[in-house]
Amino acid sequence: MTAATNPLRKPGSDRERVLITPEGIALPLTLASRGTRFGALLLDLMIIGLLILATTLGLLFIGGEAVSSIEYNPTAAGRALQFFAVLWLAAMFLFRNAYFLFFELGPRGATLGKRMTGIRIAARDGGRLSAEMVIARNLLRDIELFLPLVFIASASGGGDMGAASLAATAWFLLFALFPCFNKDRLRAGDLIAGTWVVEAPKRALEPTMSAVATPSPADHAYKFGDTELAPYGEYELQTLERVLRENRREALASVAEAICTKIGWTAPGEGHERAFLEAYYTQLRAHLEIGMRFGTRKADKFEAGLVAKSAAAGTAFRFTAAELAVYGQAQLDSLERVLRESQGATMSTVAEAIARKIGRELPDTARQRAFLEAYYTQLKTRLRR
Amino acid sequence: MATTFTQNIRGLFGGGGAATQDAAIETAALRSDRFRQERESDWKRLETIVGRMESRRLGKLSDQDVLDLPVLYRTVASSLSIARETSLDAATLRYLEALVQRAWFQVYGPRVGLWRWFLGFLGGRWSAAVREIWLDVLIALAVMVAGTLVGWLLVASDPEWYHALVGGQFADTRVPGASREVLRATLFGQSEQSGMSVFATYLFSNNAQVAILAFALGFAFGIPSLMLLIQNTGMLGAMLWLFNGQGLLVDFIAWLSIHGTTELFAILLAGAAGLHIGRAMAFPGKRSILEAAAEAGRRASTVMAGVVLMLVVAAILEGFARQLVDHTPGRFAVGGFMLVFWLVYFFAFRRKPQGAAGA
Repeated sequence: MTAATNPLRKPGSDRERVLITPEGIALPLTLASRGTRFGALLLDLMIIGLLILATTLGLLFIGGEAVSSIEYNPTAAGRALQFFAVLWLAAMFLFRNAYFLFFELGPRGATLGKRMTGIRIAARDGGRLSAEMVIARNLLRDIELFLPLVFIASASGGGDMGAASLAATAWFLLFALFPCFNKDRLRAGDLIAGTWVVEAPKRALEPTMSAVATPSPADHAYKFGDTELAPYGEYELQTLERVLRENRREALASVAEAICTKIGWTAPGEGHERAFLEAYYTQLRAHLEIGMRFGTRKADKFEAGLVAKSAAAGTAFRFTAAELAVYGQAQLDSLERVLRESQGATMSTVAEAIARKIGRELPDTARQRAFLEAYYTQLKTRLRR
Repeated sequence: MATTFTQNIRGLFGGGGAATQDAAIETAALRSDRFRQERESDWKRLETIVGRMESRRLGKLSDQDVLDLPVLYRTVASSLSIARETSLDAATLRYLEALVQRAWFQVYGPRVGLWRWFLGFLGGRWSAAVREIWLDVLIALAVMVAGTLVGWLLVASDPEWYHALVGGQFADTRVPGASREVLRATLFGQSEQSGMSVFATYLFSNNAQVAILAFALGFAFGIPSLMLLIQNTGMLGAMLWLFNGQGLLVDFIAWLSIHGTTELFAILLAGAAGLHIGRAMAFPGKRSILEAAAEAGRRASTVMAGVVLMLVVAAILEGFARQLVDHTPGRFAVGGFMLVFWLVYFFAFRRKPQGAAGA
């Protein structure tokens, strides 16, 4: 369903989720990949490490200065030392626990590392991201990450704590691999808090490829008729848009050639490919958008082919509303799959089943595909209403 | 390449004559492009506002911007749904999707700043969360009492247990067989000790880490949380037995209560919070395990934020008040006051979020 109605989504990607806003807009979200999150975490740890180092050195320096300036008074010097020790301990606690909290509660919902890798946290139920969620997911970070790490570090120093350090490693791996065992890539903290990590894309508004089209007088001859625009659908249009944006010479030439072969034109001369493609893109888009406004969308060239054929075939196979009423979306989808695979045996089995169901005579083998295509197109139109 | 370049130049100077004229008509011929041209300024404005909010440059936002944000958000969201039905310009659609997503995060983001959240938290949300997990608090309390008893009984039956229960951390001079004077010295007469503030800070970050652990371990169905509670209170029981043997039980309890009423309360709440998550995951009821865990996690994390706060108070009491108040009745007074304070705050102070003050 999503593949048919929204060809913009990459097919087969299991990271796509759809969030329905209170306005009823379906917002597509992409979950952050595990690699990105790991990278973000490494960046954050590096930043925390640098902060700790800088604070320690800074306090040592200032503390040393302060103590040496009041050396004559041992009590005061002791107090000053104490003060700096307290500062240091408090800073360490804050770095370990408050760094993530502070940044994830901010308007971007992301730590510095997450910002750099272009991801952020969001509430899993589509609601408001609350402070409680951020606190919960970061409290869990302590047992997932810091506790076993500290333990392993101290155990490896001891030497004879083989079993304990093994247990700590197993513990660490259990939580580190947690995101690999659920489809939403949640770590334990996400699970408890009701959050997930999504990509936060930031895109500039690029110029449209159609508006850029400024055909020079010589290229102005590129005018395409309906039959020349008919073979392609939205998927091909978007591929064409991408090719135009990337603007690589060889790609332009080969795409222009492929289109010309398909519509029976001679390929445009060297250096005119771009102008040709821009003209084709603009007119194909206009053609498809008019179709959209009248409620017929063509996802790709397969569907475009069907539409063209059904227009040409005319009244060869016409099905009544009663004949179309026997099937629903599930049958439509599997019929589409059968037509795409285009295996003779399967098609005749399906054609036979449909003919029996609606009480028609089975057409001969040569016309079975046409029969199925006509049934598919008309069923689809009916279901869309 | 050369053609494109000339085209660009021509487009740049806008004086291409007939060709540009045609292009303008060509552009206008695409309804979806006209749609975009008409609304582009709104989109750009929203992008600017959202960008400023994201980078916390709120000073650069005018009042009008703030007022317009929800309106602009709805406008752009409706642009997106129209564009999805009428436009096949993939770049524009991707831009709108990303922009609506960013704006959505700002409009429905955590509106309250950390400070406002903190005030609301102190003003009722924390105590409400504690009351919501009352059953877990009772269970954790029972476990702690049982742990203390077990610790006492174990050591009473065989003093060797003392070393197993009380780690090397506290078993300095406080070991079975120590004289009354030695034990008494650990309770009184440390008011001249220096380094109290460092000690307090150390205690706090140590205890906070233990409490966070007790909470986070709730993840494993709450069992490790309970074990941690038993282990800690077992140690307490063993030490109670030790001081009882030398007739110092009351003095020891006073010494402990000055900060212990706060600290043990905090550990009790942390364990209860962990247990709450564990119970929700083990018995999710009609909800899915994920939903149940998330709901319990949010409630428990509110309690936990408060636990960290209580531990700050406990560490200050332990680092300063215990050394400064050097006699048993005074210590009982401080510890008892803190206990009453927390009990009243959590269970008698019921302010509704609407502002109606309860009993």
